[in-house]
Amino acid sequence: MIRCEKLSVTIGDDAILHEVSVDIAPGKVTGLVGESGSGKSMTALAIMGLLPRGGTATGRVMLGDEDLLTIPEKRLCDIRGNRIGMIFQEPMTALNPVKTIGDQVAETLFVHGKATRADARRIAAEKLERVGLPPERFPLSRFPHELSGGQRQRVAIAMAIALSPELLIADEPTTALDVTTQAQILDLLKRLVAEEGMSLLLITHDLAVVAGMADHVAVMKDGEIVEAGATEPLFRRMEHPYTKRLFAASSHAPERTPLPGGEPILTARNVVRSYPGERRGLFGRADPVRAVDGVSFTLARGESLGLVGESGCGKSTLTRALLGLDAVQAGEITAFGNRVSPDIPNAMRAGIQVVFQDPYGSFNPRWRVERLVAEPFHLMADPPTDRRARVAEVLKDVGIDPAGMDRYIHEFSGGQRQRIAIARALITKPDLIVLDEAVSALDVSIRAQILDLIAKLQAEHGLSYIFISHDLSVVRAVTDRVMVMQAGRIVETGETQAVFDAPEHPYTRQLLAATPTIPEDWQETHDA
Amino acid sequence: MKWPVSLVAGAVLSVLFVVVALLSFVWTPHDVATLAIADKLQPPSPTYWLGTDHFGRDTLSMLMVGARTSIAVAIVAVGIGIVVGVPLGLAAAANRGSLIDEIIMRGNDLVFAFPSLVIAILITAVFGPSAVNAILAIGIFNIPVFARVTRGGALSIWTLDYILAARVAGKGKLRISVEHILPNILNLLIVQGTIQFSLGILAEAALSYIGLGAQPPTPSWGRMLAEAQTMIYTAPRLAMWPGLAIVAMVLGLNLMGDGLRDLLDPRVRRERA
Repeated sequence: MIRCEKLSVTIGDDAILHEVSVDIAPGKVTGLVGESGSGKSMTALAIMGLLPRGGTATGRVMLGDEDLLTIPEKRLCDIRGNRIGMIFQEPMTALNPVKTIGDQVAETLFVHGKATRADARRIAAEKLERVGLPPERFPLSRFPHELSGGQRQRVAIAMAIALSPELLIADEPTTALDVTTQAQILDLLKRLVAEEGMSLLLITHDLAVVAGMADHVAVMKDGEIVEAGATEPLFRRMEHPYTKRLFAASSHAPERTPLPGGEPILTARNVVRSYPGERRGLFGRADPVRAVDGVSFTLARGESLGLVGESGCGKSTLTRALLGLDAVQAGEITAFGNRVSPDIPNAMRAGIQVVFQDPYGSFNPRWRVERLVAEPFHLMADPPTDRRARVAEVLKDVGIDPAGMDRYIHEFSGGQRQRIAIARALITKPDLIVLDEAVSALDVSIRAQILDLIAKLQAEHGLSYIFISHDLSVVRAVTDRVMVMQAGRIVETGETQAVFDAPEHPYTRQLLAATPTIPEDWQETHDA
Repeated sequence: MKWPVSLVAGAVLSVLFVVVALLSFVWTPHDVATLAIADKLQPPSPTYWLGTDHFGRDTLSMLMVGARTSIAVAIVAVGIGIVVGVPLGLAAAANRGSLIDEIIMRGNDLVFAFPSLVIAILITAVFGPSAVNAILAIGIFNIPVFARVTRGGALSIWTLDYILAARVAGKGKLRISVEHILPNILNLLIVQGTIQFSLGILAEAALSYIGLGAQPPTPSWGRMLAEAQTMIYTAPRLAMWPGLAIVAMVLGLNLMGDGLRDLLDPRVRRERA
């Protein structure tokens, strides 16, 4: 129904896409998989005729018997939203915050002149019901900020399918969502495809998502399609080495030998972190919100402890308390025999360091790497005088050329930045590093390398880790014990293997069931 | 890299005025303090390029020295705003939601609530008209402007991970503000500085025009306008030259401010590329 033939795109002098040919069959799901920069989003934008300024497309994009690359913009406007709908990754910014959800869905109908204002609202209500937002519970007058991320993504889907398009393009539709929400949205998309007979172009970096959703898959790398075919045979065969690499990286588990459990270095006892409730009226306040509600655990030297939970469960709040950045309202955190609080002496902070998720926001863009990595030296009463030598040493440890210490952070890639972030955490020779979603923002192949690095450093330096993640497969690969957190409480805790093999708490089971996986038997052929 | 046209045009105009003002320290075509009544109200000529006023003083020389006054007043007034306003803004952002934040920001609101020029008139009327009092009066109203811009910019930086990393490294609010926040909001301050600079020049001209700014015999654009007022029919050029000077300088600074914002704001930069 839509066919790209030798679609090439250049922006300025850079070739972005190189002779991409995809055939999107009606009523089927076509998956487009690749890492960042592979050109998968650009393919979608080229189909929609929404290339960034300075971009030119050659080849053909056939919708029916029309070539979308040659028809005038006015005709394209008719097609966009009407015959081709699109949803994006970030449900927080894809909706206009000052318009109600009803108006936003109705607008699509109205703009295309397919309905009068009154009709448009009625159809909008139908479509919202279709995507699981029944008007009894979600009136059209709701504003986007009154909805959760998953609900907003449903509104975005309702907008995209308002005119029953023939093709829906979904660009990483679930990447910003929690696993259980992701499962629901994917289910919804699958159902819509089946019931409305539309085609879905599903763009994602996640092989497991494609495995569960797509009829056809195309794997992209550097602007080219390296392998394409029906999903199951493609997964079974994996002819192209890049597909194999991608697959291996996505299920990569670094080799690690669990260190013998040492003495406990960090204990939390009944920790409570609460925030003041929201304002009610001029002076009143609602009851305080307990973000962390009676959490207790012990971490031994050399141990890797996983902390799993969905967004808003209190993981980050707990992390900040463990780092001694925020005071706790009840309970006690002890590290190395001393109580942790915001007023702990700097010397004690040197023992616990942290690596954050966002490789871009973790560094002051105006500092050179040497100064960035050496920042924790501030914790020491008398900082070492051989600062450059120490920085060079940790940079070498994490696989960054020490010559890079005179450069600025923007000269490094996401993966390299995360290595530098680890170097910064290592420089005070801490006993414990908190990895707060430290690999979540990375491409799978980079993620595999960073996981290996983390495992290697643990063996070399006898480090303990607290590994916080929403990604269960990663936690499974690198931790000894795991805690599952829901609504501020630890609902299940135990040996990682045991918890994953036989989850006891219903929430853990729900999380595991929602995690997309590639069917085991598809993998046999190339394991052998 | 392509430089935005407005930035180049604005910078050229602004630099031109600064050079002229500096030049006036060492050389002017004529002495502005000597009166030559015999040469009064001369039209432009090779001797007097822009003509003379009713006391026979050379208009060009007056403009050159007047630029000095305007720029000096504006620099000091913006300086007061930055030196007091920026630390206040940083302190408010570092203690977001605390009593300190409330006191600083409500204090700002209080200053904002008064019409600035009227209060400046009041101050100069009470403490006596002089360039120094004009500077103080204009400077005080720059404080809340810079405090707000600083706080707004700083708040968004405070939420970033590298600030958290710095806190994990045991750094206090003061240190973080100086080392991490300030360098990253410098672009905002530069842009605001240029805009306040042009407003300062306007305010000085306005105060001098009503006789509350620089006092005779110090030449000032505002007072040149005021003195030319009575002769607007006999010698309109006397009002025209200082008026043009004010317009050109303010236009130049505003263009430069806009251009700098385009240049320093990554979002705008991406759109232009």
